[in-house]
Order: sequence, then C-alpha cells, then structure tokens
Amino acid sequence: MAGQEQIKPQRRDDGPDDVDTPGPAAAAPAAQVSEIDDILDEIDGVLESNAEEFVRGFVQKGGQ
Amino acid sequence: MTVRRVMGIETEYGIVVPGDPQANPMVASGDVVTAYATSRGIRPARASWDYADEAPLRDARGFDMGRGTAHPSQLTDVEDPTLANVVLTNGARLYVDHAHPEYSSPEVTTPRAAVAWDRAGELVMRDAVERLATVPPGVNLYKNNTDGKGASYGTHENYLMSRATPFASVVTHLTPFFVARQVMCGSGRVGIGVDSRTPGYQIAQRSDFFEVEVGLETTLKRPIINTRDEPHAVADRYRRLHVIIGDANHADVANLLKMGTTSLVLAMIEADALVPDLGVRRPVATLHEISHDPTLRQRLELLDGRKMTALELLWEYHDRAAAFVEERSAGEPDADTAEVMHWWGTVLDKLGRDPMEARREVDWVAKLAVLEGYRERDGIGWGDPRLKAVDLQWSDVRAERGLAHRLVAGGRLEVLVDEAEVVRAVTEPPADTRAWFRGTCLRRFPESVVAASWDSVIFDVAGQRMLQRVPMLEPLRGTEAGVGDIVRNAPDAASLLRALATADERGDRGADADAP
Repeated sequence: MAGQEQIKPQRRDDGPDDVDTPGPAAAAPAAQVSEIDDILDEIDGVLESNAEEFVRGFVQKGGQ
Repeated sequence: MTVRRVMGIETEYGIVVPGDPQANPMVASGDVVTAYATSRGIRPARASWDYADEAPLRDARGFDMGRGTAHPSQLTDVEDPTLANVVLTNGARLYVDHAHPEYSSPEVTTPRAAVAWDRAGELVMRDAVERLATVPPGVNLYKNNTDGKGASYGTHENYLMSRATPFASVVTHLTPFFVARQVMCGSGRVGIGVDSRTPGYQIAQRSDFFEVEVGLETTLKRPIINTRDEPHAVADRYRRLHVIIGDANHADVANLLKMGTTSLVLAMIEADALVPDLGVRRPVATLHEISHDPTLRQRLELLDGRKMTALELLWEYHDRAAAFVEERSAGEPDADTAEVMHWWGTVLDKLGRDPMEARREVDWVAKLAVLEGYRERDGIGWGDPRLKAVDLQWSDVRAERGLAHRLVAGGRLEVLVDEAEVVRAVTEPPADTRAWFRGTCLRRFPESVVAASWDSVIFDVAGQRMLQRVPMLEPLRGTEAGVGDIVRNAPDAASLLRALATADERGDRGADADAP
C-alpha cells in the first residue's frame, strides 16, 4: 500500500531571481482568511468553555 | 538504499481527570490500560509483559550504569503488579509508563506503516476514553508532549541498525540532523521555556527540554542522542537506536517524514556516505534557537564555519539522500522511498517559500495558522489562556473535541493513510515482522499466552510442567510469510509449539532459530 508518488523535480527557491513568478500563492491571502475564519468558527464550538481553568488543570507528571 | 527498516513509535499520552488536577495519574493511567484490555478480553494479569531481556541501564557506549546511581524513573524493568501492562493482538504494547499511559507500536518496516500503527494507538486511547467516560468524570487523553508548566513526556522512535556501525558516527551525523529536523516535524507549542515563562510560539513541543548532546537519561538531562542500548534482538548483530527528541504528530506527512528521513540518514550513516560531515556548533543552544523562530530565519553555524538556516541544512541532507538513493537504486527507488523523497522536497520547498504554505503537511504550521487566526480576530496576546487551551486541546484524542482531528475531518490536513487502514491496524499486526507472530498468538491462543515481550512469547500449555518460552530475537522472523501456515494450522498452543519445533529441525527457521 505504499504510495505511488514519484520523485518530482525540485522547485527550490534559490533566491531573488524567482520574484517575477507570482504563481498561485499571490492570490492566497484572501482565501486563507476565509478558510481560517471557518476553522475558528468550528473551534469556537468545541473549545473548552473555561479556557483558563482547563489550562490551569492540565498538570502532568514528567515522563521519558 | 531505502527508507525500509525495522522501526516503531512509542507514545506517552498526557492524562487529565476533568475537574480533578490532584487525581493520581498512575491510577488513572492504570484505568486506561485496564479498561481497554478488559474490553478486548485481555486479562492484564494474563498476557503480561516478560521483562527477562530488558536492560534499560545498558549504554550504547559500552558500559552499564550502576542500579544504585540510577534515578528511580530509569528503572523501567522492575515489575509492579499494580500497574497494567498488556500486549495487544496488533502486536503493540499498552502499559503505564511512569505517570502516563503508553502505546508502543508493533515493529513495522516502512514509515507509512509506522504512521498507520501509530494512529492505531490513538484509536486505542480514544476507545479507552469513551469507556471511562461512562463513569464521570472519566479521563481525557492528549497526544502531546508537555503540559506547558515544566513537565514533558515522550514520543520515541526506534530504528533497528547494524551493530557494525560505530556509535560515534551516529552521534556525529544525527545530531545536526536532529537540531534541524524539527522545522518539518515539530508539533508546535504556545510558550517559550520549559515552564512557558516567556509568552510566544515555538516550533517543537520537546526542544526546550533537551539539555545535553549525548546521554543515557530519558527523564532528566535529556540528550539529543540517547544512548540506551537495549536491542530487543540479537545484540551482536543489531542496535536499536532509541530516539527521544521527536514530537507526537497528528499530521501524516510530518509523521512520515520524521520516520522516513531519519531512516534515510541512518542508511547513509551505515554506508559511511555522509562526508564531509555537517556538524553544528553549540547543538543544544541551537536546537532551542531554531525552535523559537517560526519565521525559519534563525541561522546556525556549522563546525566548518558556514552559516545557514535549518532549512538549508535539511536541504543538504535531502540532496545527499537524493543522490544516494539515485545511485544505489539505479534511479528506481522502491515506492516507500520515493514517497518519502517526494514529501521531503515538497515540504522543504513550501517552508522555504512561506512557512504557512505547509499548513496541510506540518503540525506546527497548521497549529500556528489557527492561533494566528485567533490573535487577529480577537486581538489577544500569546499569554491569553484561550491560545494555551487551543494548544492543549489540539491533541485531545476524542474525534469531536480534538482540534487536529477536527481539521482532518474538515479536509484541512493531508491524510496519507486512510481511516479504514488505521482501524484495521488496531487489531491486526503488521505481516512482515515478528509482531505478526506475537499478535496472532495473542488472538488465537489467548488462554495459553502468559506473557510476551518484544523478543519472546511465553506459553503455558497443557501437559507441560514448565512454561514454554519462544524467543524471537530476529525481528524479521515470525512473519506471516514465514510462520503463517504453521500458526493458522495449529488447533492449539501445544500443537503450535510442536509444529514450530519440527519446522526448526527441518531448518525452516520458524519464529526463531532457537525456538523450543
């Protein structure tokens, strides 16, 4: 069941000569913001209601 | 040259009794193990752990630490009958380690399988939480590595290596790799310093807890390279490299890379192919500095005077591995190796362009994206308890409460191993290591297996005055291909032992060369 991924050519960013290729990342910020808003709404619904007490009560003994 | 080798992941889970911070964590951890074991028909007093071959004080550098000078927490081979400790049908060990429930995965041979059986452990813990929830307040478990108040607990990796490789080479070449590895495998943490005294965010859960370069300890003065030499296999043939510096991962890609890239670096070390070496000055301080800079701009200094970022150092390892794989596999690496190389290049590329691009692949980036969202929306600082709560609840094992699990459910984290495969791994052992024999014996002959360990299964069979111990010192024997027919055709444990002995006389090398 190993993946069928092949080694792809590297798109390694070697420096400033790459700046003239904006690519899809340039359009990303707006999409990222709404995506994050959706996530936050979802997390708001399940996050411990008393964050301070939850954090204070999360006490562990050391392990390995 | 391949990522394939015998490997596994052991994870200590954080444990909380809701509303009762004073609850005894050892008792609660025992409840977790007992609840799960009982539900599976395993009596903890029955299939318990065989400690005969454990030697936690043996040092890879060639000497034993005296028991008198060892910290009590290092004496992991002393049996305490009050603590539950069982072997599961998937070949894993579930037990109480210090004050945490721990799931040690069965031995597997690929990074992808390591991810599958590691996630199977999350389902085991989730199942235990659900069972204990029926008696309030229940117990909650967290797949993380620190409480943010000064305590840390580990997620350890194990890699089988050739004993012929000098340990000094492992130290030389693995130390710089581990200093840098966190930028693609770290799980992220709110708070700087072991007790989070400085508000902020850092890349790795564990890094601040590491104080020395090399050592035997795992609970104090933690070393970047751990020297525990307890091979659980033929000692003059194998070394089990015990890696204690990694974080627990929820992102499949980061978890795959943690195991896969480390295995590749070890393969290069075994082949003596990492020349010149990439030694880093001040490795411990540098480890902390790298973790404290999520912009990834922090530079480190090599022993040869070159200065570079952790990403650039990882590219050095990546490029050497790529060339080595290419050369040794004549351009046709196996699928597991190709998969690791693909993700290694992809993730380094993304991190290099903009770290946030790797939020589908890398835990610390995914977590940071959420935390930055909160900071922006609510105008809160790093000291706000809500951010700390997000950090902790990120790793809650419950599907509906664990934030990482919510991200996966919403398609926001890359998933490499589908859920059905993980569910199967909860009960089924890997077919291609001795874990198959261990797990299958427990499933088929639960009444006859009195104890088991990584390298043995002990049977109590009718008509025999002595317990029968089947040693399994070769991790790649006892596989389904090797002993599947013998185990499946045996109607009971006595028949199984007779068949194994006969097979050994014929030279079939069943479970192990020196089976009874």
